[in-house]
Amino acid sequence: MKYTQGKYLILKKTALAREMYSFIIACPEVAEVAVAGQFVHIRTGNFTLRRPVSICGIDRKKGTIRIVFEIRGEGTAEIARLNEGGLIDMLAPLGHGFTVNPDFKKVVLIGGGIGTPPMLPLAEAYGEKAVAISGFRSADAVILQDDFKNTGAETVLCTDDGSLGIHGFVTQPFTELVGEGCIDAVYACGPMPMLKGIAKICKENNIFCEISLEERMACGIGACLGCACRTVRNDEEYFAHVCKDGPVFNAEEVLW
Amino acid sequence: MADLSVKICGTEFKNPIIPASGVFGYGREYEELFPLEKLGGIATKGTTLNRRAGNLAPRIAETPSGMLNSVGLQNPGIDHFINKELPYLLEKNTVILANIAGSTVEECVKVAEKLEPTDVHMIELNISCPNVKQGGAAFGTSCDMASEVVRQVRKATAKPLVVKLSPNVTSITDIAKAVEDAGADAVSLINTLLGMRIDINTGRPILRNNVGGMSGPAVFPIAVRMVWQVANAVNIPVIGMGGVSSGRDAIELMMAGASAVQVGAAIFTDPYAPVRIIDEMNEFLDSKNISSVCDIIGTVKPW
Repeated sequence: MKYTQGKYLILKKTALAREMYSFIIACPEVAEVAVAGQFVHIRTGNFTLRRPVSICGIDRKKGTIRIVFEIRGEGTAEIARLNEGGLIDMLAPLGHGFTVNPDFKKVVLIGGGIGTPPMLPLAEAYGEKAVAISGFRSADAVILQDDFKNTGAETVLCTDDGSLGIHGFVTQPFTELVGEGCIDAVYACGPMPMLKGIAKICKENNIFCEISLEERMACGIGACLGCACRTVRNDEEYFAHVCKDGPVFNAEEVLW
Repeated sequence: MADLSVKICGTEFKNPIIPASGVFGYGREYEELFPLEKLGGIATKGTTLNRRAGNLAPRIAETPSGMLNSVGLQNPGIDHFINKELPYLLEKNTVILANIAGSTVEECVKVAEKLEPTDVHMIELNISCPNVKQGGAAFGTSCDMASEVVRQVRKATAKPLVVKLSPNVTSITDIAKAVEDAGADAVSLINTLLGMRIDINTGRPILRNNVGGMSGPAVFPIAVRMVWQVANAVNIPVIGMGGVSSGRDAIELMMAGASAVQVGAAIFTDPYAPVRIIDEMNEFLDSKNISSVCDIIGTVKPW
């Protein structure tokens, strides 16, 4: 794993939805080595702890990455106040990313709310072989649907209140897709109950499934052991760490 | 360039800056960012006799100018440390302080015995972890218990023995004097202060352990006060820590009486904090025409 810390130029800032922002950042050394599923650790204001944000786009040619984040509290609000032309202090790229296998013929990407952005680099990798299911609270929280369409992936949109797309949770269209068969892999990021439901369906149907987890984090590189996650590997239960062993885990390894 | 070297218990440190136990693992993750040999020393992750799983998550919470942690001494056990981590660390041309802990006096003694034949430079005995149910701070909050565990570990090792003290006590000077009398070669302080945060939307504590150790810039004045009091109460060296995030903080702690300074939570904010602090100390000493950092230790002129 190779990571660096530095202050990088924000090339483009876009408001995507209420309290959701997209930054495109010039950071060639990060873009060079970053893979889908990794995250950046952002220093913010006078806070002691950095804020982990998943990578939503990697452009090696341009030497840029894209991040999309939601204002969750004071720290992320401070990041949202940064502007184009300003600098963002990042430790990146961090963590263990998704397994991308060119032999897979059909994959399903499932994002719930702010868990949607890390699915976009996978859509870029798989293109037409991917079905991207995204779920949001309501129409005003929907993000990135055009970006997914531009990759060639088929998109399915759900909202909890039915204000746009399918009225219901992402597990509903996902179950129908599973019924059609031939899915080689499922990738998911979102709220824990959603991930738990997806993991269960995949296990029952014997489908390879990777999920991206979130946990309160300090160092971001595996030294402090703060972001523990109960997992099982080789029949042995142990606390893995979301920052280094994850954020992407094989769903079968996670103890819910 | 001022002379930053200090000597503690006969061990030479090229500079007084040491990443504190717990924030730095066994060093590997930070070697990716800077050569470990730049550091005065490294206090390794608190290690027990057997592997410990640690506490359930969340283990981390933010606080104003600081943070709470309740990792709970997750570690792979002393044999793993000796076989898999220590050989690598000993190649790094820096002083290695093996931080050790145990649930019982016997466990602490056994861990020290296992380290005795190794080339580790110093032992830092943790009698102050606030996040474990047995041992930990229970040793560090009673003079009698502190004295007993230090006396027994002292018998097991000829290596320089640093005892890490808890600030969660009525009188830290009494504990410091007790461990000095029991044979400690130095004391390090302060470990984290016990704290708590509650998510008011759920009514649940943020930490799964309910309470945890507080660190970061917010605790720095408490560290300065305690280092000053302890340095005046004992005749052994004091290694200071607690909220240090700049070269000026490190200088301040040394003026209060610290012979070396550990850096903890600041590394989470700025992973380069230890090396930046070394540079900043140098700049300060040069600006004051002070030729050796040793010349500032304990030089505070109290009113």
